Amino acid sequence: MTIESMAQFEELRSQAGARHEGSEGEILVCCGTGCLANGSREVAESLSKELRDRNINGRIIKTTGCHGFCERGPLVAFVPAGVLYTKVKPATVPEVVEKTIEKGEIIQRLLYKNPANGEKIEQYSEIPFYKNQKRIAMRNIGEIDPTDILDAVARGAYEGLAKALFEMSPEEVLEQVEISGLRGRGGAGFNTGRKWRSCRDAEGDRRFVICNGDEGDPGAFKDRSIMEGDPHSVIEGMILGAYAVGAHEGYIYVRDEYPLAITNLQTAIEQAHAFGMLGENIFGSGFDFEIRISRGGGAFVCGESSALMQSIAGKVGEPRAKYIHSTDKGLFDLPTVLNNVETWATVGAIISNGGEWFAAMGTEKSKGTKAFSLVGKVKNTGLIELEMGTTLRHIIFDIGGGVLKDRPFKAVQTGGPSGGCLPESMLDEPVDYEGLTAAGSMMGSGGMIVMDDRTCMVDVARYFLNFLVEESCGKCTPCREGLKQLLHLFDDLVEGRGTEETIENIERTCAAMKLGSLCELGKSAPNPVLSTLRYFRSEYEAHVRDKACPAGICRELTAYRILPESCDGCHACTRVCPVGCISGDRKELHVIDHEACISCGACFDVCPQQAIVTFPKIELALKEVQ
Amino acid sequence: MEHHAVDLSQTDEILSKYPAEEASLIQVLQDVQRSYRFLPADALVRVADTLQVPLAKVFSVSTFYKAFALEPQGETIIKICMGTACHIRGAGQLVEELQRKLGVGPDETTDDMKFTVKTVNCVGACAMAPVMIVGDSYHGAAKPARIEKYLGLGEAENDN
Repeated sequence: MTIESMAQFEELRSQAGARHEGSEGEILVCCGTGCLANGSREVAESLSKELRDRNINGRIIKTTGCHGFCERGPLVAFVPAGVLYTKVKPATVPEVVEKTIEKGEIIQRLLYKNPANGEKIEQYSEIPFYKNQKRIAMRNIGEIDPTDILDAVARGAYEGLAKALFEMSPEEVLEQVEISGLRGRGGAGFNTGRKWRSCRDAEGDRRFVICNGDEGDPGAFKDRSIMEGDPHSVIEGMILGAYAVGAHEGYIYVRDEYPLAITNLQTAIEQAHAFGMLGENIFGSGFDFEIRISRGGGAFVCGESSALMQSIAGKVGEPRAKYIHSTDKGLFDLPTVLNNVETWATVGAIISNGGEWFAAMGTEKSKGTKAFSLVGKVKNTGLIELEMGTTLRHIIFDIGGGVLKDRPFKAVQTGGPSGGCLPESMLDEPVDYEGLTAAGSMMGSGGMIVMDDRTCMVDVARYFLNFLVEESCGKCTPCREGLKQLLHLFDDLVEGRGTEETIENIERTCAAMKLGSLCELGKSAPNPVLSTLRYFRSEYEAHVRDKACPAGICRELTAYRILPESCDGCHACTRVCPVGCISGDRKELHVIDHEACISCGACFDVCPQQAIVTFPKIELALKEVQ
Repeated sequence: MEHHAVDLSQTDEILSKYPAEEASLIQVLQDVQRSYRFLPADALVRVADTLQVPLAKVFSVSTFYKAFALEPQGETIIKICMGTACHIRGAGQLVEELQRKLGVGPDETTDDMKFTVKTVNCVGACAMAPVMIVGDSYHGAAKPARIEKYLGLGEAENDN
């Protein structure tokens, strides 16, 4: 049907909603990347087969995007009952169908068990991981089949678009975004309304909107999940943005590592065309807009806006100086608005509910909600969305369930290679753009990597340098050479050659890079180093002064031994040792041969008795001297 | 660089799907890479001629982006994620174990052309760290001791 009035749109929505009328409920099978890897596709197939074999009709099986609780996948949710089953295996499916679907019984062992009190939780919405969330950008993820536009429409997709095109002028759309206070979700936090207005005011007839789906920050995957799980939210936001600024062409730049995102976006674009939400004369409004997908070539620097635009133009992704604004001269040197996936995904909800609604959430300067990927050494890893201003402690301990294996918390890394590591003393700080920056880190694209006492902060800083040495585009010298020199200096630290001067040189090089680099990649590259120096200086000093790695990670400085009183001779360590340097008969004390040991830590990780401990390697040499 | 003679009809077919302009370059190279599993030198010359882009620029783009390889790749690409979450959960041990098992390190291909090992700066599957991708199959919470299984089966398995 063609939609040329609000009434017709409402009609489409009620038709979409009525498609499943009379059904006895939906079974949602999470097919996000995490659940897929654990076999959720097989679970869905097996469910269909089982229902068919038993002649059960009236149940709708829906494969959805990521529910976020990747740690417990594959996830299966029952609507409207609201029950969530975790870690469902294909082999368990017949039992699920027989007991839960046919008899309405709950299978206790598939429910989520609250580690805090051992209680089984039946309701999806009562699980602490979900209970504390507020989803706007991810409002439909996990609820809809991302390959079915009508399913999305039934859940409110394109409502904002219909409202805008039938009832609002471009200026009014822009005003609502300004009122909302929305800021860029890619990391820098630039005011979205202001960006749009600069582009709208720029001279020229042809302009572009771009969606940055080049999510490259290690430890972040919210954009992936949005593009895979609800591509319509991104498309709707882009159409609204284009309408507001007067653009007729849009690009979505997606990482090549995200093939499912590309497929789902492509499908969504085709379906949006079919229903008249893209193409010429959208909803009969006279407004035309097309979206093309541009696949990235795998370069971290292309997440930088000017580099990304170069890449869409088929060139090497090298950034340019910031004084040229892309809202004046962006893609093909024409006025361009570039926003992150999550930013675009939020716009539709803002137009539907009004800017004031969004601005009522969050902190003074950071409005609304923010998506984070909570990963690393935390119990409940996954994807979450929360109101701005939530404390790190609430995120890590209440939602995340605390540190893995209840080890001591050491740090949380935010903001990827441009961010920093925050210690325990910062955990009660509210998370917003200003707060994180003041603490020496950054919002970045929402990766939160939790680290325990078995994480060496010098090694983490070195890790980011190594990452950036590979990813620096090489255009400007401070970044290209500065990173290399820093990496050399860190090699000295982790291999026991560091002196006080090494740390001084590190600080000087960081200062030079901050001053001299062309783009944010180089300017912010020192952040992981400086933040670890600020909060964990004693760890650096231990590497220099004592030639010891307190976390027992840096191999050149660390040796392992087995505590005789704890070892029960179970052979777990001998089986995993890659160099066969552990000896000892079954049920007898095991011994590590220090000459042959490569300090890889494999034995440490598997010992059920925690009988393996680290000590500074230098003690071995000292013993020999004695 | 060794010269690898290839059938250019695939390249021509790819080129026919895109406008003959510089903006098509990366998309064309991606399809060429997918089609031949690397970027053959002759194909690059053909791409440069057709899109009217200097060969030097085509070479520059081919070496700038990680998705492209100028040497033939193994039948199966093994990717080890090197994202932060994977790093702190022991991705480095996976690379070492692969080196021991296959005798090749990152960006190298086994002599029998079966496997190419690559390290990737985050594949965005951080909740299941460390992650190893064999062909199209993701293996979460990957363990060095299971590597042979991952390689042999080549399909997703349950780790939990």
